[in-house]
Amino acid sequence: MSEMTLQYAPTEESVATSYLDEGHTVLSWLLTTDHKRIAILYALSITAFFFIGGVAIGLVRLELISPTGWFMTSDEYNRAFTIHGIIMVWFFLVPSIPATMGNFVLPMMIGAPDVAFPRLNLLSWYLYLIGASFTVYVLLSGGVDTGWTFYPPFSSTYSHSSVVPAAIGVFVVGFSSIATGVNFMATVHLLRAPGMTWFRLPLFAWSMYVVSMVMVLATPVLAMSLLLICAERLFGLPIFDASVGGDPVLFQHLFWFYSHPAVYIMILPAMGVVSEVFACFARRRVFGYAFMVYALLTIGVVGFMVWGHHMFVAGQSPLANLIFSFLSFIVAVPSAIKVFNWTATLYRGQIGFEAPMLYALGFLGLFTIGGLTGLFLASVPIDIAATDSYFVVAHFHTIMVGGTVSAFMAGIHYWWPKVTGRRYHEFAAQLAAIAMFLGFNLTFIPQFIMGWLGMPRRYHFYPDVFQIWHVLSSGGAAMLAVAYLMPLGYLGWSLFNGDRAGDNPWGATGLEWQTPSPPPKRNFLRPPQVTSAPYQYHDIGRAREEVEQAPVEGRGDAR
Amino acid sequence: MKLTEFTTAASDYAAHVDALFILLSVVSGAVVALVAGLITYFLIRYHKGSGAPRGETPERLDREIEIGWTAATSFLFLFLFWWAASRQLSALATPEPALEIHVVAKQWMWRIQHPSGAREIDELHVPVHTNVRLIMTSQDAIHDLYLPALRLKQDVLPDRYTYLSFNATKTGVFHLTCAEFCGTDHSVMAGRLVVVTPEEYSRWNAAVPEGDDLAHQGKALFLSLGCSGCHTPGSTVHAPDLKGVYGSAVQLADGRTVTADEAYLRDCILLPDKNRVAGFPPLMPNFSGAVTPGQVISLVAYVKSLSSQSVDTGQGASP
Repeated sequence: MSEMTLQYAPTEESVATSYLDEGHTVLSWLLTTDHKRIAILYALSITAFFFIGGVAIGLVRLELISPTGWFMTSDEYNRAFTIHGIIMVWFFLVPSIPATMGNFVLPMMIGAPDVAFPRLNLLSWYLYLIGASFTVYVLLSGGVDTGWTFYPPFSSTYSHSSVVPAAIGVFVVGFSSIATGVNFMATVHLLRAPGMTWFRLPLFAWSMYVVSMVMVLATPVLAMSLLLICAERLFGLPIFDASVGGDPVLFQHLFWFYSHPAVYIMILPAMGVVSEVFACFARRRVFGYAFMVYALLTIGVVGFMVWGHHMFVAGQSPLANLIFSFLSFIVAVPSAIKVFNWTATLYRGQIGFEAPMLYALGFLGLFTIGGLTGLFLASVPIDIAATDSYFVVAHFHTIMVGGTVSAFMAGIHYWWPKVTGRRYHEFAAQLAAIAMFLGFNLTFIPQFIMGWLGMPRRYHFYPDVFQIWHVLSSGGAAMLAVAYLMPLGYLGWSLFNGDRAGDNPWGATGLEWQTPSPPPKRNFLRPPQVTSAPYQYHDIGRAREEVEQAPVEGRGDAR
Repeated sequence: MKLTEFTTAASDYAAHVDALFILLSVVSGAVVALVAGLITYFLIRYHKGSGAPRGETPERLDREIEIGWTAATSFLFLFLFWWAASRQLSALATPEPALEIHVVAKQWMWRIQHPSGAREIDELHVPVHTNVRLIMTSQDAIHDLYLPALRLKQDVLPDRYTYLSFNATKTGVFHLTCAEFCGTDHSVMAGRLVVVTPEEYSRWNAAVPEGDDLAHQGKALFLSLGCSGCHTPGSTVHAPDLKGVYGSAVQLADGRTVTADEAYLRDCILLPDKNRVAGFPPLMPNFSGAVTPGQVISLVAYVKSLSSQSVDTGQGASP
């Protein structure tokens, strides 16, 4: 056992009930201010929306098997891909890692009993629910057909669908992001345990801190631009109406000023998660820790200055295109550094291939492909040819879905024993991880190819020369669906039948592991003290055999 | 439909874009091979319990490695940026003069007007080896003219002109389609780009029965809408003389100086309050709603013809 572990191990005299046993009524959940319970509430809600968004795209992929469609009208098709985009971006990906793992783990990681503003934390979940109910209303009222990007004048004037409820849903859920962001920033600033200096923060905590800043600074711009769309649609306020001197391109600037940083809102937490996982399963400190922190900060800052690369063909000036192209190449540098550092973390490790590691390796592969194709799109001439085609669709799905969802799954499996106190079925999880990686590539590599060949996105009917690629892609989507459904089965099963996990089944460093599983309400039985940098796996490595022979049972198991 | 309608590189520019794509693919392939190779090697060599030696790498070496690959990545990316940007900049320097063809997009069709007055729908005939400049606007939502064989794409905006310049080097029939989501039938807002020899283009133009060229149509409108009542030297109403306006620098009442291009002339007709010319009273009526985008194109073509000797065909058009 490591020095750290011994230091924070629960003592005999302090016995605590786990957070799961602090009340079993529905009300005890709905009115909880415990960050761990709120994380669970969030996890349940975003999982529900993930599968609603998944059904929508499943229908789309099914329809696209034939170049002339076979069971949808064009309007239905347009509504299906729009609701897929809106739900997946704002009701799954943006809150995915921060609202679940961030909420659950961040306070424990820094040695805090809760987030800085527990009631604001609960409010953020209710805001999410209010936004979500607008989106459900949109679904029931026939949907919205603007694409998730809400471009005027189509959205403000020409669309005959529920644009305003959809925009309000996104508007409201934006405030839940802001609330979470404010909360995390305050938490990291104010509630670090004694000795937890900034450069002893685990990289996941750093990623939560940076992503919080991005959320707080970018989301209001989204709120503003959607409000203006509503004002124009409802009251004819001519902000974006060119016929009276407004400018539809202004909306695109505002929208991407949020939505490009939003990509980083999705991917920075993923970077944080896999940093934890790589270190733990390679039994190695993260290579270049300080550089990893600087890279996160650089991405967070420069990420605000590249929105114009979404608008190379939108009527933006050539000079602006050139500048945004340059900045987009710059923002790729820290991302590349991170890839190299994760790779180097494996060097001289003791690498295990448990499911979290497989998911994290999948993340690394997909993030590398997604990042490199980002360089293609940062080049103006390539972007002019490839934008609004399936090449772009494949690119951003590789980052946002391949990257973020892989990391999300890595984190779910990694922290599952901590959250539930149970072990999941390892082999089933490994299978799911491999199926997800293969399914993902089978879905999106054909999309890269047909996109560059000239297949435009958001097409219900398409030239039959692209059919072979669409069929392959739909096949991949089916495989992906299986890979997404599998964890529901074996994770659900483990809740009742899984082996007891013990406090620290992975032998991980990090304060969240130095407390019982599941943790008590206030997280720690004794206030933790931090005396060393994170990821001291090398020191633990020597004592590792001992740990494996005599796993320490935590207090939380004695329910 | 054949895949070559999309993939043929039908201009020198398109061939350059393909070359850049191949360069990026090679670089990316090398990076992926490097990273994947290293990961695979580490996974095998350092899997749990393997006999490979493990020890700390010196802190100082770590720093040097970090700085090394940060610098290497930066230089590589800067080189790629420079390569891509130089392509972009050379593509911008379109040699004048060009054959100007007007494109009006609406849900869900493309209307093309040639300088000869010939019109076509969802088809764009252009002569090969000729500089072509498309002047485009939309009648409703944002559309995007996508010409895959030319590797070109440009959003088409309502109440504004955007431009697309190219010089096709291969004759043939290629795809043309809308790339910006514009509603129900977005996916069938498609047609053909037909690149023909200049002789065929002339023949084709002559065969289209639409009599007058754009400038003459514009002149007829200029008279019938009553524009000529004010915009004539000696008229009792004081309005700018339009001869020689196109391409000149115009001093505005608010102190700005703008070059009178198509977009400016269009705004003068549809949004007269936007650019008041210095020294003239604000009497110009607003014609938005009174004229179609096609008619605006004709009017602008007429005003442009007043600034070039060759198109001005006499008949008392000069004031």
